[in-house]
Amino acid sequence: MADVISFRDDAASQEPAVSVDSFAGQSNATAVRIEPGEDARALLPDLGRLSLVEVNFPAFGDGRGYSAARILREAGYTGELRAVGDVLPDQILAMRRCGFDSFAPRAPIDPALVEARLAAYPDVYQKVAASERPIWSLRHG
Amino acid sequence: MYQYDQYDQAMVDARVADFRDQTRRRLSGEMTEEQFRPLRLMNGLYLQLHAYMLRVAIPYGTLSAKQMKMLAHIARKYDKDYGHFTTRQNIQYNWIKLEDAPDILADLATVEMHAIQTSGNCIRNISADQYAGVAADEVADPRPWAELLRQWSSFHPEFTYLPRKFKICVIASQEDRAAMRLHDIGIELVKRDGIVGARVFAGGGMGRTPIVGPEIKDFVAEEEIISYVEACLRVYNRYGRRDNKYKARIKILVSEIGVDEYRRQVEEEWAHMKTLGIDPPVAELARIRAHFADPAFETGLSDEIDRSDPDFALWVDSQVIAHRVPGYAIVNVSLKPIGGIPGDASSAQIDLIADLGEQYSFDELRVTHAQNIVLPSVKKADLYAVWQKLAAAGLAEANLDLITDIIACPGLDYCSLANARSIPLSQKISERFADPARQRDIGELKLKISGCINACGHHHAGHIGILGVDKRGSENYQLLFGGSGAEDASLGRIVGPGFDEDGVVDAIEKATNLYLDQREQGERFLDTYRRIGIQPFKEAIYG
Repeated sequence: MADVISFRDDAASQEPAVSVDSFAGQSNATAVRIEPGEDARALLPDLGRLSLVEVNFPAFGDGRGYSAARILREAGYTGELRAVGDVLPDQILAMRRCGFDSFAPRAPIDPALVEARLAAYPDVYQKVAASERPIWSLRHG
Repeated sequence: MYQYDQYDQAMVDARVADFRDQTRRRLSGEMTEEQFRPLRLMNGLYLQLHAYMLRVAIPYGTLSAKQMKMLAHIARKYDKDYGHFTTRQNIQYNWIKLEDAPDILADLATVEMHAIQTSGNCIRNISADQYAGVAADEVADPRPWAELLRQWSSFHPEFTYLPRKFKICVIASQEDRAAMRLHDIGIELVKRDGIVGARVFAGGGMGRTPIVGPEIKDFVAEEEIISYVEACLRVYNRYGRRDNKYKARIKILVSEIGVDEYRRQVEEEWAHMKTLGIDPPVAELARIRAHFADPAFETGLSDEIDRSDPDFALWVDSQVIAHRVPGYAIVNVSLKPIGGIPGDASSAQIDLIADLGEQYSFDELRVTHAQNIVLPSVKKADLYAVWQKLAAAGLAEANLDLITDIIACPGLDYCSLANARSIPLSQKISERFADPARQRDIGELKLKISGCINACGHHHAGHIGILGVDKRGSENYQLLFGGSGAEDASLGRIVGPGFDEDGVVDAIEKATNLYLDQREQGERFLDTYRRIGIQPFKEAIYG
């Protein structure tokens, strides 16, 4: 797990993630992996027992995982949300905004580059995460 | 028109720095072309057949004289002294060097412009009626809504890697001048009980599977439009097809699951999204709307136009449209000179049009999806002076919506996707029908040419459409009749076997001759075609 970039205060989970299908039948599993095309909402009844959700990006251009992440955060999930697979440095800002707080990229990423990418924009136009204060809110107090 | 505040400017400045860094990483070899590709595409930079092409966003087709002059400056300094206005109300430059691209974006940022949302599988530049705010028939100015949507969709993190590109159009009148229903989402502003809201269409589009978008919502109030569109996008992002890029547009999703099921899913998602506090307050749309307040129109102006110069009178009849304010007119500047390249303009021409906008039209210009330029608010008393200056620059062609007002994509002369050239064919058609009296006799005839199935030249929506295909290694052109991108939207139908370049020009001439012979009082080509059907045209062309 050396290659996990984490933005969480707690240590990155070491739990092996199970598939969405097997998660439903394993009442002791606390980590699950969502593949593109799988419905993140299937996990909502069991969010309480999850400590890690991995969202797989087999190819960087498949953006379904961004919606999956947001859906989980919108439902109140506060555990670790990890983007795995074809995760590129220029995507990390959008992923952070959608709720991912750890990353296991297939190809290692220079942490300095990640830091620079995350600081590239001063503000946001949309309220995507509950904690975000978009430009329209700054304008109107 | 809209002006950036410090937040908007900071975002665009950040983008310039961002892209400069990305380009540096590419040029130094830190990034492969494969990794760089999606990043440069998000800045409107394409690799075409001969060079990089940079597409610059002109949000909802509105720009100031200063912005227009910057477009001329870029053509002069970084390209071959011309630019090409596109069917998406944008401009593109065809001969850009990668190492210049960051400087171009920096120049653009000084006049509140950029190339964001001009490429990639994201929400693209929002388009709108080119007569927004000045048309006599609109219920409200659609541009504040378009600007609200522009800001919401800029760098939207959830929708940066959609299944495919996503185009949104906003209009506000029953007459559709922007092909609204051929967009992924089309919005028509309507008034209900005195309140303006959005009637929403989804799943329209051209490409290889053209579809006229069905209505999915009869009315969305302004305070909920963002959450509603966001719900539309989320359903598409999650369930749009990703197995085949030719089936990835939202139109395929909507037609495969059915409009009722799509609507149901959107409603369900929307009910949830409305609880998240993602809609900007009404005050934000009001703030934006204030930017689009009327300029200082004079009152008591005469509506008289001195028509004693016959060439001027012809131009007025063709290019000038009713303005909602007495004494003013909407002027269309044709970028379709006979034998020219549709949508192309030299830096000198762009500068001249900018000057006219500054001097005669309250510092404002529009780009139309038909690749022409509009001076939205010209005093009728100034029309003659404007016409003289346009004529001196070769910009006074009187052919709005006539057969030589051709929409054409760049085609195989530039585009790496094209199967056939569009430009030489459009030039031949233009020359064949050059006689002004003949054009006027034929009347409104929207002719649209695409050099491949992707339909950037809107061939499906042409009264006469032409699709270039590759037939065993040679360029071949299919002819379609009966399309329309207007409020009577319909899709063209292929007439029969294709032609070579000269053959298709001959076939069009046979078709227009048949129309002139068969038309009834007041009928356009399209109306006659709809009345008598395709068979007589087939006989005239192939018989």
